[in-house]
Amino acid sequence: MERQEAFEKVVKILTPHVKNMKALDSVSDTTNILDDLKVNSARLVDVVLAFEDEFDIEIPDEDVDLVNTVGDCVNLILEKSS
Amino acid sequence: MSTVLTPQQVLGRIPQQEPFRFIDEIVKLGDDGIEAAYTWRPDADFYRGHFPGNPVTPGVLIVESMAQVGVVALGIYLLAKEGSIDELNKLVTVFTDVQVDFSGIVTPGSRVEITARKVFFRRRKLRSEVDMKLEDGTVVCSGFLSGMGVPK
Repeated sequence: MERQEAFEKVVKILTPHVKNMKALDSVSDTTNILDDLKVNSARLVDVVLAFEDEFDIEIPDEDVDLVNTVGDCVNLILEKSS
Repeated sequence: MSTVLTPQQVLGRIPQQEPFRFIDEIVKLGDDGIEAAYTWRPDADFYRGHFPGNPVTPGVLIVESMAQVGVVALGIYLLAKEGSIDELNKLVTVFTDVQVDFSGIVTPGSRVEITARKVFFRRRKLRSEVDMKLEDGTVVCSGFLSGMGVPK
């Protein structure tokens, strides 16, 4: 899977949970999910489950703790998909 | 160490107490779900205002009752089973999100049955599909409720 394709899917999955919609206009690898997009931390589990379904992968809880940015999500997904 | 709590032990650990406790008994309890019952106290103070001369159980309290069963009680059971009693003692369950439909009313004195099915339990977050039925089987509210165990 191409990185750009994974990036677009990650943003699409995050979008329903984003409170700061304006931040989506300039979303990039360095966009912080909680601080910039203002996603409620309680929604991270929903997001991870959606990643697992969309990309047909398993993401251990300990890996989730290392995810802060959109780029972190993309990297994790590409790693698990390979 | 994993601990399997009995329904009575789970009831004893639910932090909500009178007059904000809306679960009387746990009928069935397991890894996949829970069944419980509650009888709405006819003398509850909120009926005086909701509504004068026409008491009806407020929808927010119906949701609270469903949360106490499907999120708090089931969450306590699952947390104890997954972790330890020590860890459980350090956590409190908080409501995170809810989406429900109301399809009936609950009058004072009604006994209701609340059934919850676990949708997922990950990273201390529990989402359940919950419904509340009257004794004749009429569904009065159904939907999805979620909560998380967070440090006290």
